[in-house]
Amino acid sequence: MKRRLAQYSTRTHDFEKHDHRSRDPPVCHMILVSEGRKMAAHLSYGRVNLNILREAARKELREFLDKCAGSKAIVWDEYLTGPFGLIAQYSLLKEHEVEKMFTLKPGRLPAADVKNIIFFVRPKLELMDIIADNVASEDKLRTPRDFHVLFVPRRSLLCEQRLKEKGVLGSLINVDEYILDLIPYDGDLLSMESESAFRECYLENDQTSLYHTAKGLMTLQALYGTIPQIFGKGECARHVANMMLRMKREFAGCQTQILPVFDTLLLLDRNVDLLTPLATQLTYEGLIDEIYSINNGYVKLPPEKFAQKKQGEGEKDLPTEPKKLQLNSAEELYAEIRDKNFNAVGAALSKKAKIISAAFEERHNAKTVGEIKQFVSQLPHMQAARTSLANHTSVAELIKDITTSDAFFDNLTVEQEFMTGVDTDKANTYIEDCIARKDPLIKILRLVCMQSVCNNGLKQKVLDFYKREILQTYGFQHILTLNNLEKAGLLKLQTATRNNYPTIRKTLKLWMEDANEQNPNDISYVYSGYAPLSVRLTQLLARPGWRSIEEVLKMLPGPHFEERQQLPSGLHKKRQQGENRITLVFFLGGVTYAEIAALRFLSQMEDGGTEYVIATTKLINGTSFIKSLMERLEVPP
Amino acid sequence: MAFVTASWNPLGEAFYRKIELYEMGWNLKEGLRNCQIAAAPYGGPIALLKEPQRSSPSARPQLEIYTSSGSPMASFMWKSGVVKQLGWTISDDLLCVQEDGTVLVYDLFGSFKRHFSMGNELVQSHVLEAKIFHSPYGTGIAVLSGAYRFILATNIEDIKLRRLPEVPGLQGVPSCWTVLSQDRQTKVLLATGADLYILDNTACTPVSPSGFSPQATNIIQVAGSFSYKYLALFTDSGHVWMGSANLKEKLCEVDTKMRTPPTQMAWCWRPKSQQPSVVIMWEKYLLFLALVVLNLLFGYNLDNESVLVPELDSVRIISGTHHELLQEVPVVSEEIFKIASMAPGALLLEAHKEYEKESQKADEYLREIKEQDGLGEAVKQCVEAAGYEHEPETQKMLLRAASFGKCFLSNFRPEQFVSTCRDLRVLNAVRDYTVGIPLTLQQYKQMTVQVLIDRLVYRKLYPLAIEICRYLKIPEYQGVSRVLKHWACCKVQQKEEADEVIARMVSLKLGETAGISYSDIAARAYECGRTELAIKLLEFEPRSGEQVPLLLKMKRSQLALSKAIESGDTDLVYTVVTYLKNEMNRGDFFMTLRNQPIALSLYRQFCKHQEQDTLKDLYNQDDDHQELGNFYVRASYQEGRLDTRMSCLQNAMDEYNKAKNEFNAKATEEEMRLLRFQRRLEEEKGERMVGCSLQDTLHCLLIVGLHKQAEQLYKDFRVPDKRYWWLKLNALAEKEDWEEMEKFSKTKKSPIGYLPFVDVCIKHHNKYEARKYVSKVTPEQKVKAHIAVGDLEGAAEVAIERRNEGEISLVLSHCTATTDRTIVDRLNRTRATAGKK
Repeated sequence: MKRRLAQYSTRTHDFEKHDHRSRDPPVCHMILVSEGRKMAAHLSYGRVNLNILREAARKELREFLDKCAGSKAIVWDEYLTGPFGLIAQYSLLKEHEVEKMFTLKPGRLPAADVKNIIFFVRPKLELMDIIADNVASEDKLRTPRDFHVLFVPRRSLLCEQRLKEKGVLGSLINVDEYILDLIPYDGDLLSMESESAFRECYLENDQTSLYHTAKGLMTLQALYGTIPQIFGKGECARHVANMMLRMKREFAGCQTQILPVFDTLLLLDRNVDLLTPLATQLTYEGLIDEIYSINNGYVKLPPEKFAQKKQGEGEKDLPTEPKKLQLNSAEELYAEIRDKNFNAVGAALSKKAKIISAAFEERHNAKTVGEIKQFVSQLPHMQAARTSLANHTSVAELIKDITTSDAFFDNLTVEQEFMTGVDTDKANTYIEDCIARKDPLIKILRLVCMQSVCNNGLKQKVLDFYKREILQTYGFQHILTLNNLEKAGLLKLQTATRNNYPTIRKTLKLWMEDANEQNPNDISYVYSGYAPLSVRLTQLLARPGWRSIEEVLKMLPGPHFEERQQLPSGLHKKRQQGENRITLVFFLGGVTYAEIAALRFLSQMEDGGTEYVIATTKLINGTSFIKSLMERLEVPP
Repeated sequence: MAFVTASWNPLGEAFYRKIELYEMGWNLKEGLRNCQIAAAPYGGPIALLKEPQRSSPSARPQLEIYTSSGSPMASFMWKSGVVKQLGWTISDDLLCVQEDGTVLVYDLFGSFKRHFSMGNELVQSHVLEAKIFHSPYGTGIAVLSGAYRFILATNIEDIKLRRLPEVPGLQGVPSCWTVLSQDRQTKVLLATGADLYILDNTACTPVSPSGFSPQATNIIQVAGSFSYKYLALFTDSGHVWMGSANLKEKLCEVDTKMRTPPTQMAWCWRPKSQQPSVVIMWEKYLLFLALVVLNLLFGYNLDNESVLVPELDSVRIISGTHHELLQEVPVVSEEIFKIASMAPGALLLEAHKEYEKESQKADEYLREIKEQDGLGEAVKQCVEAAGYEHEPETQKMLLRAASFGKCFLSNFRPEQFVSTCRDLRVLNAVRDYTVGIPLTLQQYKQMTVQVLIDRLVYRKLYPLAIEICRYLKIPEYQGVSRVLKHWACCKVQQKEEADEVIARMVSLKLGETAGISYSDIAARAYECGRTELAIKLLEFEPRSGEQVPLLLKMKRSQLALSKAIESGDTDLVYTVVTYLKNEMNRGDFFMTLRNQPIALSLYRQFCKHQEQDTLKDLYNQDDDHQELGNFYVRASYQEGRLDTRMSCLQNAMDEYNKAKNEFNAKATEEEMRLLRFQRRLEEEKGERMVGCSLQDTLHCLLIVGLHKQAEQLYKDFRVPDKRYWWLKLNALAEKEDWEEMEKFSKTKKSPIGYLPFVDVCIKHHNKYEARKYVSKVTPEQKVKAHIAVGDLEGAAEVAIERRNEGEISLVLSHCTATTDRTIVDRLNRTRATAGKK
């Protein structure tokens, strides 16, 4: 194991070699135009056409906008802008007479000569107060503007009550809801982007997000047909399934007559597998997220490596704005490498570089007018491919700088020791050193929690030691964060029962000694040895079924269950020979890119027999996961 | 075919026909004289307000409601004020506009529903005239006040009164006016003398019809078409101007040679037909105008007083005894029935007749059609024409012919035939005398079957409505369920029956029918004051969320709470909780929550953001000391003053102790100790560090050189050696106090080893100092140490000595091929020999 790890620090790919950036000027604008046109085409590439969902959402948005006749300005709850970007670009809003956009903040609204002001908000009381403030401070002397409120994803009586108390409900022309539960992120990926879902469910016993999940799944079934089989593991999963069955009963009359697209729904609680999100993801996309964090399909990167060297200009003005890249399967190269282990990315990029060079060389062979014409017609596509290659070469370099550092290596070593069960029952010196050096708190918490999870809890002495160290170093205010982690089960005291993690690890084969990073044959490649528990459960459900692992399932928290939903006669699917089953895996409380990569790997396995579509409350990584559980207490001045 | 065409009249390029719909079932002694009458479009009901026969002051008018066939539905004495105008809404409610501006709303059966006002000013100025109109926004009312101002309400379901701008110089009642709905705006068109004005929301604009002949003088009658697309004006010189509603396009102008003012004028025009026409009625005479050829008009003599009811595709004429339909003969009917027509449809009809007579002529006709290759067309024509016929016999004749023709066709798509048969069956059923809804196929298509079912439901014709739903296979959710719901709503209002009986009857009949909203029925029961029945009915509601609002309204809040929780909709739970909070006293409220953990945790969430103090009370009530401790910790961070902070922390510590959370109690105690220390330090040395972590405090102390205090803290708080060494090392490096660092390194054996010393010096760019510690580094880390100080040779030395492949690779990765040639060679050699072994 150590040897393979060593590859991270010693293996070097010379990315520079394949860099074509300096030869031909890039044709950025062209790509932007063509991207704009087929903005969401990638959503329909997958086995299930998720563009239907997006189109339904767009239609509803247009209908609402048309309800407010005349010119309009939108006031945004800032949190919503990201997710909305995936549904509709500004151009769509503009077509419907949206002339201005503002961010929601207290005080008087900026001047805008429009007929309508529309607030796009989540149903949060704090936001209602701001809206009330906005409406109340409206300039009485100017021509009156019509106010509308659009709740996303659902209207709330509580919020309307608050608006009423504040005396502004009467001034609102329209109060409506825009049901946006599941947002399509990619051809096989849906997310609710509900940041605090895990925290609400496990810390605060607030099941709002689960209600939205159930509603979202009902919408999905209205568009893609009833899902005949539901499996689940965990308390929240049980709750969601119960609500779904209930809602189905309630709407018994309006059953959809659609041939079911999904065969199975698997609901998984995040707390069934707390280990996976804590581990450092080692796929390309996973690492981009770990290091730079991907938000709503975009990542912001340090600009230095993206400087365009133009001839004669030298490198006088380096860009200072972060480089923003959109990451989804619409980009051919990215779709190819995103799910690879990072150690296999270099080879893939270099192979791609050769192909592109060869394609450009073709021009010398083009002799006749016809040949030249054909070459020219391919040019935009080739140039796009080249820009894409240049971008990802730069990204890979940035990441390589980090993965080859000692700090990264040491951290990974400890993680892998924990996952393989080495010395998990005593205080770890590396963690100790990290605390002493006052490394970022989240890093410490990730490691400590990981140790706790891999040891089925820590001994009192060890636990208290860590907690004390953390409080002394990072401040007493974190005592509440520690409490939260304990409440969520990420950090716990080992009780009398023996540590069952080794049993789970062995039965589910969570650690694979010989994980092949270049040509993987098992999902464990996404963490270079560790096979994510959640995905293993998914894999075993498809074959040979959960009955074979009853014992282990009992060790994991929460009930496991199976439900069947009756289909109207005539809608039973007749499977073609060799046609794969489709399973929708719903992660309640978040999913990591590495887990997604692992599921995609399973989808692509030749004899897998099942393809997966992934849905979640939020795309997470260890850092954002821990962050969502932290209690923010500011030290008073 | 003479008998079909007997009632046809040619006018221009088309024929018009008058069909008798019903012989009226009512018995009106005086006909339609001395009464106000309002008939709803789409074959709707008829309302009559009969003036009292004796003209004594105590005599009251009589309001009567009939179906289109004249069957009585309601009759009662009118006891309210003077009625200016009667009219029907699109949902079959009767509107009575009174002189004082009040509008009374009655249902089909004459029961009072509600009332509203068209503006307070009307109490003074009175309503002079009123008109009820329909637009895409619903049913609207326009009134002309005594001050000659127009007041509009475009939708009576959502009353927003609009006073239209003043008409300059208007000193009396306009000679005529009408309401137009154009470009999503409702306008009033009025005429005073020869002047025409359009009134919209903002302005009064004078207009003049295009090509209006100069001899035309006063406009005395105006009529808009059913779709508001066209307009007809009648002048006192007997001229009629017909044109587009914006007055910009003239269709024609006709001199009727009639100088008496007509009683009514209406458009009679089928959409898509090329020949718009207008019907004008005088007391005993009906005149027909079509625009195609001037002066081509025909008239009917009327037996007695009549009313015109404009429809989408025709005009109905209601008199004291008869109900007739006047319409343009559809082209297809004309082609089939016109004498000596050779159209394929006509031939097919003929062929079928011969066939029934068992005559071989049938074959001849068929052959003729086939020669023209027109059999498909013939079938289509017959089917289409059947749809336009009122007489079932004629319909059957045409459909049979079509069916006959179909036999000789392969691949003929049956949809049109099937749907026409179905539609006609429905239409014949509702046209029946007992139902009395004389719809044409076109009207039926326009109003949709949904609306038709609604209308049947309003008439309480539940069995027929259900029959139609089942016959047309309308999904239960939209069809049968809706009808049953209305039935149940009607049922719960029957006061004479006991709650149990009704509840049982309703549940028996509705059972598990999909999509039934029991909560709507319950709401109706509650509106009628039957709370107990409402609760019984709610129990049948499968959607718990739906039950909540009504339960709250009925003050069954506990039940509402458990239903809200059952639904899983947290917003609903919140709603009930806030409601309970306002309704109950605090104690009861808390007790209620205690029994509902989900509601309790949601309420806690709410309090966390909105009412911190309540949160404390909640924890207190539950003796949740752990959370109380957390609460005080949180509170301590909201306090600016150190004393209050300390007392918060003291509280927190006490609570943690009660919760038996030793660690937290101790940590809190330590924090208090630290704060005290920091305060003292601030007072004595003037160093601001209150609120810093222990680590930061130590760091601060070491930086400013308060080593003694640092030592003391380190001991008091039992800081682990390792951490303290790291801390001190970093602080000294930061200060660049290399001398002190060297001394420190020698105090005892470093618990963190010596590589950190090397690293930290390098980090602060002091290679010289770094080298001092290289020798002290353990053998395992020596390679790294050498590399760190840039001594590749040394690193290579150690690596070779240790024969460690990993280390050799590490050194190699730091070498550049050109400058470190020798080292690279040596390393590679060692690797090769090591490899051999």
